[in-house]
Amino acid sequence: MTNNKKLIMACIDGSKLSEAVCDYAVWLAQRIEGPLKLMYTIDHHPETAKEVDLSGNLGVDSRDHLLEEITSSEHTRSKLRLKEGKSILQAANERVVEDGFKDPILCLQHGSLIETLVELKEELRILVIGARGKIHEDQTDKIGAKLESMIRSLHGHILVAYDVFKTPERIMIAYDGSETSDKHIDMIANSPLYKGLSCHLVCVNKKDTADSLIENAVNKLKTAGWSEIISASLQGKTEDELCDYQVSHNIDLTIMGAFNHTRLHDLILGSFTAKMLLNTRTPLLLLR
Amino acid sequence: MLLLSKKQDWLGNIRADILAGLVVALALIPEAIAFSIIAGVDPKVGLYASFCIAVTTAIVGGRAGMISAATGAMALLMVTLVKEHGLEYLLATTLLTGAIQITAGYLKLGSLMRFVSRSVVTGFVNALAILIFMAQLPELTGVSWHVYVMTLSGLGIIYLFPLIPAIGKSIPSPLVCIVVLTGIALMLKLDIRTVGDMGDLPDTLPMFLWPDVPLTIETLKIILPYAVPLAVVGLLESLMTATIVDDLTDTDSDKNRECKGQGIANIGSGLMGGMAGCAMIGQSVINIKSGGRGRLSTLLAGVLLLIMVVFLGDWISQIPMAALVAVMIMVSIGTFNWGSFRDLKQHPLSSNLVMMTTVLVVVWTHNLALGVFVGVLLASLFFANKISHLMYVESEYDEDSDTRTYHVVGQVFFSSADKFIAAFDFKEAVEKIVIDLNRAHFWDITSVSSLDKAVIKLRRQGADVELIGLNVASSTIIDRFGVHDKPEEIEKIMGGH
Repeated sequence: MTNNKKLIMACIDGSKLSEAVCDYAVWLAQRIEGPLKLMYTIDHHPETAKEVDLSGNLGVDSRDHLLEEITSSEHTRSKLRLKEGKSILQAANERVVEDGFKDPILCLQHGSLIETLVELKEELRILVIGARGKIHEDQTDKIGAKLESMIRSLHGHILVAYDVFKTPERIMIAYDGSETSDKHIDMIANSPLYKGLSCHLVCVNKKDTADSLIENAVNKLKTAGWSEIISASLQGKTEDELCDYQVSHNIDLTIMGAFNHTRLHDLILGSFTAKMLLNTRTPLLLLR
Repeated sequence: MLLLSKKQDWLGNIRADILAGLVVALALIPEAIAFSIIAGVDPKVGLYASFCIAVTTAIVGGRAGMISAATGAMALLMVTLVKEHGLEYLLATTLLTGAIQITAGYLKLGSLMRFVSRSVVTGFVNALAILIFMAQLPELTGVSWHVYVMTLSGLGIIYLFPLIPAIGKSIPSPLVCIVVLTGIALMLKLDIRTVGDMGDLPDTLPMFLWPDVPLTIETLKIILPYAVPLAVVGLLESLMTATIVDDLTDTDSDKNRECKGQGIANIGSGLMGGMAGCAMIGQSVINIKSGGRGRLSTLLAGVLLLIMVVFLGDWISQIPMAALVAVMIMVSIGTFNWGSFRDLKQHPLSSNLVMMTTVLVVVWTHNLALGVFVGVLLASLFFANKISHLMYVESEYDEDSDTRTYHVVGQVFFSSADKFIAAFDFKEAVEKIVIDLNRAHFWDITSVSSLDKAVIKLRRQGADVELIGLNVASSTIIDRFGVHDKPEEIEKIMGGH
C-alpha cells in the first residue's frame, strides 16, 4: 500500500478527549491530504464473566441451557453497546465535518482496541488517540492503562492528544543523535506535514556533544529547504528539560521517537517515552 | 512459549475466578475420589492427580477456563492394569501417556479432531455418562435401604436447593448435599460405607517420586498398550471440552498447546503419585457457569482442592459413599446429551447409527478410544457410500458411425467403481466406443483400474475404444491437495459441477 492510500486513523471512545482526537486527526488529514478514518471498537471483554451462578450442579442439558443463557444476555448487552457505538461515532463524524473535513470513513468494530489496530496496521499512516480513556478521563495526571502496550504493539506513527485542540504552530523535535532520530529528521524534512511550522530542535546532552549533534541535524533540515529553525542544547534530566522547554517556548506539538529500547532495558532503567507520556505539556507525535 | 499467556487470561476476571475456583475445587473432590475408586486405587492417587493436572494445565494449557483433573474416561482404561500390575505400573504408564501427548502436540495431531464427526462426539459423551453411571452401581447393589434413601435425598438436595431464593445460587448444591448427608450419617450413626473405607486419603502434600518399575522392554510391553489409548482418550476429551468452552465463552483456544499441556500435566501427575487425567466436560461447564473464565480459576481449583483434602482429611473420610454416588449421578446426568434422543427423529439414520455404535462399543469394551475409532470408521464408510451415489453414466448411440458414446459424470472411487463398470453395456455389438470423462472425477487407483478393466473388456469384443478427458478426470487422484487449494485451481479440477 502506498503512503497516499494509508489512513489517518482516529480512535474514538466517547470520552472527553474524543473531540480533541477528532480535531487533531482533521488537522493531520488536511495537512497531508490523506483519507481519515474514525474508529470505535466495542470491546466485549470475553475474559470476564458477567453472570455468576454458584449453584455448582449439572442438570439435564445444562450445557445447552448455559449456552442459551449466555448468548441471550450477551445479545441484549451487545445490542446496547452497538447503539452506543453508533451514536459516539456519529458525534465524532459531526465534529469532523464541522472541522471542515468531508467524508471521513466510519468504522465500528468488535474486539479489543489493540487487537483491532494490530490487524489494521497495514493501512495505518498516523494513529490519533487520546492519552486517557473513559476510565481516567477526569484524572489529568494519569494516562490510559493500555496506552503504553498499544504504542509498543504498533509500529506506525502515533499522535497522543492530551487536551483541547490547538492548531500547532510551534513544534519541538526531541533529538538525541541516534540513528533512529536521524532517520526521523530525514522523514520530517521531507514531509508536507511540518511545512511552514516554526521548528524547535532540542537536544539534551553534555554541552559539547549536544551542540555538535544539533548542528548536523539543523544542516539537514536547512538543505531540505527549512528556514525557521530554532535550536537549543539543554543539560539535565531529559524529560524534565524537555517539558520545561515546552512551557517556556509555548510549544504546541512535540515530536519524538518512542520505545526504542527493549522492555527489559526499560524495566531496569525506566523508559524515557513512558516518562514523557506522563509528564508532557503538549500533544506528542511519536515517530517510529 | 508454553509459559506465555496473556495477562488478561490470568487477571482479567479475578473475583469471579476465585469464586468459581472454589466451587470447582469442592466439586472436584468427590469426583477425584469416585474416579480413583473406579480405577481401583486409593483416593489419594486421584486427588494428587487432580491437583497436579489442574495446576499444570492452568499454566501451560491452551484453553483458559477449562478444568482438567483425574477423569472417569481415563480411569476406566486403567482398571485391568492396576488389577494385574499395581500402582507403580500405573504411574509409569501415566508418564508415558504424557510423553505421547506432548509428541502429539508437537506433531500438531490436534487437527485430526476434524475427522471426528458430530455424531461420534455425541456418542462419546453419552457413552461416558453411561459408564460413569454404571460405575456407581456397585455402591447401590447389596446395600441397606438407608443408602437408597440417602442417595435419593442427595439428588433431591442437588437439584432442589438452587431453587431456594437468595442463597440457592450462592452455595454449591453438591456441597450442601455432601455436608447434609455426612451430618445425618454421623448423627444417626448409620452403618454405611464411607470414603474412608475406600482407601487412603492424602495426609501430606504430594512428593516427587520416580515410579518403582524396572526400565526394561518388558515394562514397556506392559504399559504401552495402556498408554496409547489413555493418550488418545485424554486428548479427545480435552479437545472436545476445549471446543465446548470455546463455544460457551465465544473465544478461541490453542488446541496444539492444549495437547502439550495435557502431556506435561500427566507427566507431572505421574511423578507426584497421581493417575493420568484430562479435561473434564462437566467440571468445565460448572466452572463457566460459576463465572470462571481465566487461568486463575483452574489454578485455584487445584490448589484449594489440595489444601482442603490435606487439612480436612478426617472429615472427608466420614463422607458416606451415598453422597458421592449422588454427586456422580448428577455428573452423569449433566454429561449425557439428552438432546440426542430428540435428535434421533430428525437426524439421518447413518448418523444415528454412528452415534449408537460409538455408545455400544464403548459400553461393551469400557474403552472410549475404541468407540471413537469404530465411530469414525463407520462415519467415513457412510460418507464414502453417500458420495458414491453422486455418479451416473449416460450414453447415446450414433447409427451412422455405429458408435456408442458414454458420458461419465460424477465421483468415481473405490466405493462407486463397481457401479461405474456396471454402467457399460458389454453385450452390445458396436464398432466404436467413446468414453467421455470430461465431467468425471477419478479419486483413486481403484477408479483407474476399473476404467482399464472396462476398456479391455470392450476391446476384446472388437470395439475401438476412445477416451476423452482422461487427464481432466484423473487430476483429482493426486494426494496433496494442498498445492491446489487456490480457488482457481479447485475450479479447474472440479469444473463442470
